Amino acid sequence: MNTLEEAKRQVTEDFSLYEEWLDKYEYLIELGKNLEPFPEELKTDDRLIKGCQSRVWLDCRKEGDTLYFKADSDAIITKGIISLLIGVYSGRRASEIEEDDFSFINDLGLRENLSPTRANGLASMIETIRRYAEQ
Amino acid sequence: MASEHFRKQFPQLGEKVYGKTLVYLDNAATSQRPLQVLDKWEEMSSRFNANIHRAVHRLADSATQEYESARDAVAGFLNASRDEIVFTSGTTMSANMAAFIFGERFVSEGDEIIVTEAEHHSNIVPWHMMCQRRKAVLKVLPVDESGHLDVAALDDLISDRTRIVCVAQISNVLGLRNPVREISDICHRRGCRIFVDGAQGAVHEKTDVRELDCDFYAFSGHKIYAPTGTGVLYCKKELLEQLPPYMGGGEMIESVKWSEITYTRIPHRFEAGTQNFNGVPALKPALEIAREMREDSSTTEEQRRITKYVYSSLMRDPEIRLFGVPRHLEEKVPLFSFCVRGAHHEDIALIMDKMGVALRSGQMCAEPLMDRFGVTGMLRASFAPYNTLAEAEYFVESLHKAIKMIKG
Repeated sequence: MNTLEEAKRQVTEDFSLYEEWLDKYEYLIELGKNLEPFPEELKTDDRLIKGCQSRVWLDCRKEGDTLYFKADSDAIITKGIISLLIGVYSGRRASEIEEDDFSFINDLGLRENLSPTRANGLASMIETIRRYAEQ
Repeated sequence: MASEHFRKQFPQLGEKVYGKTLVYLDNAATSQRPLQVLDKWEEMSSRFNANIHRAVHRLADSATQEYESARDAVAGFLNASRDEIVFTSGTTMSANMAAFIFGERFVSEGDEIIVTEAEHHSNIVPWHMMCQRRKAVLKVLPVDESGHLDVAALDDLISDRTRIVCVAQISNVLGLRNPVREISDICHRRGCRIFVDGAQGAVHEKTDVRELDCDFYAFSGHKIYAPTGTGVLYCKKELLEQLPPYMGGGEMIESVKWSEITYTRIPHRFEAGTQNFNGVPALKPALEIAREMREDSSTTEEQRRITKYVYSSLMRDPEIRLFGVPRHLEEKVPLFSFCVRGAHHEDIALIMDKMGVALRSGQMCAEPLMDRFGVTGMLRASFAPYNTLAEAEYFVESLHKAIKMIKG
């Protein structure tokens, strides 16, 4: 498996291939569609991320020190965004995630190009991943 | 072309977003403002900036004249008399004021208030709050599957304890012209009052309060080309004279003695404290352009064509579920709320934003109506008289592209 830094660099590179925002969305939609199916029984309130307009569920499974994430959303772009996040952070050690500053998200330009409600949702997703790592 | 003539007066419409020409279809949330309004606001701020009604100096006198002249303009727009016009910050404040002052005077324990299922939160929550204060009961008039109010059920819903019925002239979600006059007649025959939320109606419908025979009528300036923070509560004189003040403060009093405080006459009794004296005068040019657009036959014809085109485009598409389906086209204004099967409303709005189309997505401040139709949110395209048929066509084309992007 690649390192966290490599995974972040890969995503940033992939994302920068698309100049137009519509193409970036197309890429996120594709990511969302390819996300591993999320079991219906895991769609519980305690897995719902607060602060998103669309519904986003995040499940975290711990194996020793390693965290494995699964996610789903009823909106496909949001699903693409969470897919991008768990693609980077799933299968990492809790300490690695805890130490990370998540700043690569800013380089993607996602925050500025999402409506404020979505940007809040993104912050909540990051916050939730970080909290799992701290537990 | 008429719409071009009017469009030129709205600078925001010429702006680009993400390098694309802006197609602004969120007019039901707020309209754009024409130069005449921007100029008036600037003039009030830079040449006549003084507090109104109080001082005797020249600036204060000019500002007061401008402010009171806007009251005449609103009275003319509504076919009311000037002492029936109270300035507020918008429809929300108007509804809160009406609910409070009416409740204080006329509602007691066990009385009933009726709102419709299609109301904006602004025409539900203030009445709910008043019912809680006065220990009254809030009842709901339902809408049917097509979005029409069940007017026939109103007679049964009204009891001898009903004090007021609160209804939107046009719902901000459904875009259907409600039969307000018919509802007024039922209310008055049954001995209760009617409050009309005209936030959307003032833009698309006749605003003759004598013809509507309503007791209250509220609208927002910012939805009808005036600055934000301007709004109106109309109330029939015989009723308004019986109602107690809402807020206490300067200018709403006649005399303040430690032994007794008395209040001034209508409408100033309801305008406590410093008013929006820079914004309110700009209501006059705003209502003037609203009237010009309404009376311009090629503009109204284009609005009809937009309504017909968008309506038939959305209805033709089996993937789209339109809310507010008219029995005949004259019932519908160019305001369309819909869902796309298998695509989240937020995704569509986000993609169309990048195509330059400004839509609204979400619950549209009408959660009970979302529940009524069993959806978590909708998309809404709301047109103003300055929108063109070409924009409507671009909207439909972009919508199909967005759906294709999401559903593949």
